[in-house]
Amino acid sequence: MIETIASVELPADEALRIRKQRIVPVSLTDPDCGQGTEGSAGKEKLKRISIVTGIHGDELEGQYVAYALQQRIRRQPEALHGIVDIYPAMNPMGIDTITRGLPDFDLDMNRIFPGDEAGDMYEHLADAIVRDVEGSDLAIDIHASNIYLTEVPQIRINILTQRRLLPLASTMNVDFIWIHENATVLESTFAYTMNSRRVPTLVVEMGVGMRITRGYGEQLIEGILETMKGLGMWSGRTCPVRKPMISRDPQDVVFLNAPASGLFIKNLEAGANVHRGDRIGALVNPLSGEIIQDITAPCDGWLFTIREYPVVQEGSLMGRILRGKEYHVSMQDRQEENI
Amino acid sequence: MKEFDVFTIKSIYRDDFRVRGYQFGEGEKTLCIVGAMRGNEQQQLYISSRIVKRLSELESRGMLDPAKEVLVIPCCNPYSVNISKRFWTIDNTDINRMFPGYNEGETTQRIAAGIFSSAQQYSCGIQFASFYLKGTFAPHVRMMETGFEDVGMAMKFGFPYVVIRKPRPFDTTTLNYNWQIWNTSAFSLYTTTTESIDPVSASRAVEAIIRFLGVIGVVRGGSAKTSVQEDQGAGPLVVHDENLLNLRADCAGFFETYVKAGDPVRKGQLLAILTDPYEGTEKSRITAPEDGAVLFMHLPGLAYADTSLFRLIVR
Repeated sequence: MIETIASVELPADEALRIRKQRIVPVSLTDPDCGQGTEGSAGKEKLKRISIVTGIHGDELEGQYVAYALQQRIRRQPEALHGIVDIYPAMNPMGIDTITRGLPDFDLDMNRIFPGDEAGDMYEHLADAIVRDVEGSDLAIDIHASNIYLTEVPQIRINILTQRRLLPLASTMNVDFIWIHENATVLESTFAYTMNSRRVPTLVVEMGVGMRITRGYGEQLIEGILETMKGLGMWSGRTCPVRKPMISRDPQDVVFLNAPASGLFIKNLEAGANVHRGDRIGALVNPLSGEIIQDITAPCDGWLFTIREYPVVQEGSLMGRILRGKEYHVSMQDRQEENI
Repeated sequence: MKEFDVFTIKSIYRDDFRVRGYQFGEGEKTLCIVGAMRGNEQQQLYISSRIVKRLSELESRGMLDPAKEVLVIPCCNPYSVNISKRFWTIDNTDINRMFPGYNEGETTQRIAAGIFSSAQQYSCGIQFASFYLKGTFAPHVRMMETGFEDVGMAMKFGFPYVVIRKPRPFDTTTLNYNWQIWNTSAFSLYTTTTESIDPVSASRAVEAIIRFLGVIGVVRGGSAKTSVQEDQGAGPLVVHDENLLNLRADCAGFFETYVKAGDPVRKGQLLAILTDPYEGTEKSRITAPEDGAVLFMHLPGLAYADTSLFRLIVR
């Protein structure tokens, strides 16, 4: 059931609408199954998961997840025992115009939460989104880095919420969980707002902006279904999920910032294990035809971020290494049937 | 006057990125003035250029205390100014969301760090700021309520209003906020426009700053009365942002106005109408709910529903 959760009139014969798809268990006969709806047994409340994406209009990885997750659920509708709300486009105008922020306002939507019912247009919309997601048992906010960087599938958790979120994140089939320090500026994000309102909210970063990495999308869907299974919302088939690397120490992550402006030609892809001195790429000058500087790994570790957009200025991020770690895909120790 | 590079970055596609500084006097670091932080801040750059010109004239006439140092940074982002883009050229990040900066971080973090390492040394800081909504302002001084704000000093500019607002989480990375946290008395000055120049409003801002420089002893021999309020003997009105009346559009359409920023308004006065963009019919009327004055007004033209059209100071 597709619902419009907020809308605002635009000047020239159009309305901006934020919509969601609500999927309910087939056993549920009441079509108006809102928050706290009772299940078929008539006694216990159904759990609800909210899949949120498209806050940044140039990040499209979540679009595939929104589509393909529905396909998976439709193949086994009887296995769904909770409510799945899918919000594919929090910033629909941004997605449609390849604009990261809010078009015409040049604002980052993920810096205006929790919004304000009496505030300006987008603050008003942000408030409506928060109210709609509120009450979920789990929210997953899917991002795709940006158009400059490729990220391996990972979940980022504010250190203040790690105790509550880490168990949920660990079954999401991501390769990496990055527990980062609190920053005041992040208090304006959707995830911070929802977590502060007691909705456990996981922030997924994966892939790269303006593209869809189908494999990453499929990987995350397996994790979502496995996590739903853990919450008693899904009894269908799932795959074994990956055992993620977990970083808690800020010193673990080494940032590779461009020492000079130039064109970055990468040698490695995201997910590569590196040894100190390995050539990650080179900064070159297309005008002089010379190498400005080789970019080498400053330490042993795992390259979980790599620059995709080649033009860099001094300081531009070219990659991130998880220091001293080597990553090989391994599955969590559990018995599961394969699809 | 000494001209120097506050911060530079080399580029392979463009001329080197340079943040220029203009220093008057040497010794006690008294005031830093920061102009255009965003690429669309033409008025902010224009006022800065007028300040540099005015200070140069005063200096040549021996009217500046040579022991008190003033730094003017007219433009923090010439790359974006030169392509009329509000934020940073390549990644659209906002330098004014990167303070205090990080000199080993990303490009705009480095720029912020380079600017802040110079700017934070001064006792007072003035930034010519702009608003994310397109519109015009009544001239005012704006400051954040950090516990370090100096309202008494803000009133010395002689602008009609001093607006105080509570910082929100994203404000903690602005220049103004960090100035205050690092012991600089910080003031954001708003004049009428952003993307076009208003010479009258700019002149008033220049005079306000010269007046302020007289108060803090940089301009010797006092300064001329400069503001309307000073001439009339009325002091600035101090208002808190949460007490402003926000009049939002109840529908979308062409926003046609009958007042301008700074105008006094009476309860019930018609301020604007919204008309249908296709049929020309009137869709809505915006009237003043109270007596007051227009602090902010949305630019006339197309407006979205729920957009802030006016912010009124209520008497």
